[in-house]
Amino acid sequence: MTVIEDLAPPPKVEVAPRAVSRREAWARRLPLLPALIYLIVVTQIPFVVTLWYSFQSYFWDTPGGAHFTGLSNYTTVFTNANFRGALVRSVVMTATAVIVAMILGVALALLLDRKFFGRGVARTLIITPFLVMPAAAALVWASPMLDPNFGLVNYLLQPFGVHHVAWLSTHALGSVIVVLIWQWTPFMTLIVLAGLQSQPTETLEAAKVDGAGAFATFGELTLPHLRPYIELGILLGSIYLVNTFDAVRLMTNGGPGTSTTNLPFFLYQEVNNAFDVGGAAAAGVVTVVLTIIVATFALRLFARVFQFEEAR
Amino acid sequence: MTTVSSRPGPRRLRQWTGRVGWTVLGWAAAIVFFLPVLWMILTAFKPESAAETWPPKFIFTPTLSEFRLAVTGIGPFLTHSIIATVGSTVLVLLLGIPAAYALSVRPVKHWRDGLFFFISTKMLPIVAAIGPLYVIALHAHLLDSIWLMIILYTAMNLPLAIWMIRSFMLEVPTELLEAARLDGAGRIREMGSVIMPIISPGLVSTALICVIFAWNELFLAINLTVTNAATLPMFLISSVPQEGLFIAHLCAAATIASVPVIIVGWIAQRSLVRGLAMGAIK
Repeated sequence: MTVIEDLAPPPKVEVAPRAVSRREAWARRLPLLPALIYLIVVTQIPFVVTLWYSFQSYFWDTPGGAHFTGLSNYTTVFTNANFRGALVRSVVMTATAVIVAMILGVALALLLDRKFFGRGVARTLIITPFLVMPAAAALVWASPMLDPNFGLVNYLLQPFGVHHVAWLSTHALGSVIVVLIWQWTPFMTLIVLAGLQSQPTETLEAAKVDGAGAFATFGELTLPHLRPYIELGILLGSIYLVNTFDAVRLMTNGGPGTSTTNLPFFLYQEVNNAFDVGGAAAAGVVTVVLTIIVATFALRLFARVFQFEEAR
Repeated sequence: MTTVSSRPGPRRLRQWTGRVGWTVLGWAAAIVFFLPVLWMILTAFKPESAAETWPPKFIFTPTLSEFRLAVTGIGPFLTHSIIATVGSTVLVLLLGIPAAYALSVRPVKHWRDGLFFFISTKMLPIVAAIGPLYVIALHAHLLDSIWLMIILYTAMNLPLAIWMIRSFMLEVPTELLEAARLDGAGRIREMGSVIMPIISPGLVSTALICVIFAWNELFLAINLTVTNAATLPMFLISSVPQEGLFIAHLCAAATIASVPVIIVGWIAQRSLVRGLAMGAIK
């Protein structure tokens, strides 16, 4: 599904869309319009306004309102080391969490696809982290789990020579990423599991009859079958994880220093602490442009992979 | 022959040991992933003095006192969360079902572009527009209003919902639609008597995904609400003291805030799997 060109066309019930009359064309368009207009108004207008403010000098705490400053906000953004740092950390956080969560998700899905005692209960327990409110999860990880003096993690790691480590001071970024992985692995597991369960059993049995080993079967049959599911998981995971805010705000508040400040938290600080609407808007515009570049590139890449698959 | 039936063959034995191995592995993974949640719930039942000890206490006299403490003042936050979640989910379905119909059953000419536009709105990080969003809300007198939360959560969930509902509509057999049309069914009857009954389980899983994301949302709430529209994640942040002994209190509040979605998710997990997977194949 990640590739627009690859989408299943709707079933052709009547005549082809090209041949429909004008009246019919409008009758078809009508049900689409409310959602289309709604999303254009609610999601696009804020970005247009963002673009406008990015050329304005506008501080909450300074009277007089906004005035035009040309490109100065952008100059500030590009020379701001904090912005570049936040950008890099956002990429590191998202990429690491998505990739590790997907690898674990595939492993857990393969596990849950086996028959074992109490499988239903085990699956229920495994998907729970995805259902817990992220703000609650962040707070629970921050103190009861990772506290240096009485946290459960230090207690459980004691046999491995870990003694009262202050995780959020010494391994802040790693800790935040671990929590993100913990939260998103169940999501990946669910998607991959659905893919596994949709795999026709006849092909697997045929492979077994042909004497194919478990690894060969996985590499040659299961993995290609799972590809669209894995891509869907990576795409959705990235979309949501780029916006990670709760874990950063509630576990480390961006610190120590700026070591866990990602783009969402950086922008939050710009608006709430620095009162700099213009600066935040320029940073937002740069973020959006970068996101579009990455998203387009990712979609193209997926498209090429798919066409290669079909050509074979 | 008697020897064969009296002891399990090596194959049966291997199968059995294999199953035990998978059971151990499966449960180990389940415990690792569930442990933080279990610890949260366990700690919520501790008295504050038993929550911050070294080594951590596993045996204690459970008490509800921290829950009692945590629910004080939760009322408005709970109400706001329910209104924002239910309101936005209903609006998502009202807008999403016709849109999905126009992209699948009787498609508009440029249905690919339409679908791409919907998904592309999810790729624009909402965080980038948070400052201007605040200014717009201020001028529209929507700041700290529950309507603003409903409007924004609807926009947040609508693209994924349209995508999912469209996948479910593509599952409706063409023959059924043709038969209904031969019977002279118009769009409304086609929708009500053919499509809706088939896609209703799919609508449930779509609604469920929307509920999870709306219920748990914090970024927009923290930036755009203060008191009149503050939701449960805000309650969690504001109600818990940040110094002294607060761990048990925190866990009680976190448990209360999380439990509704956890229970709904547990009950509907099969439909959750189906719903998430549909987008992958269609």
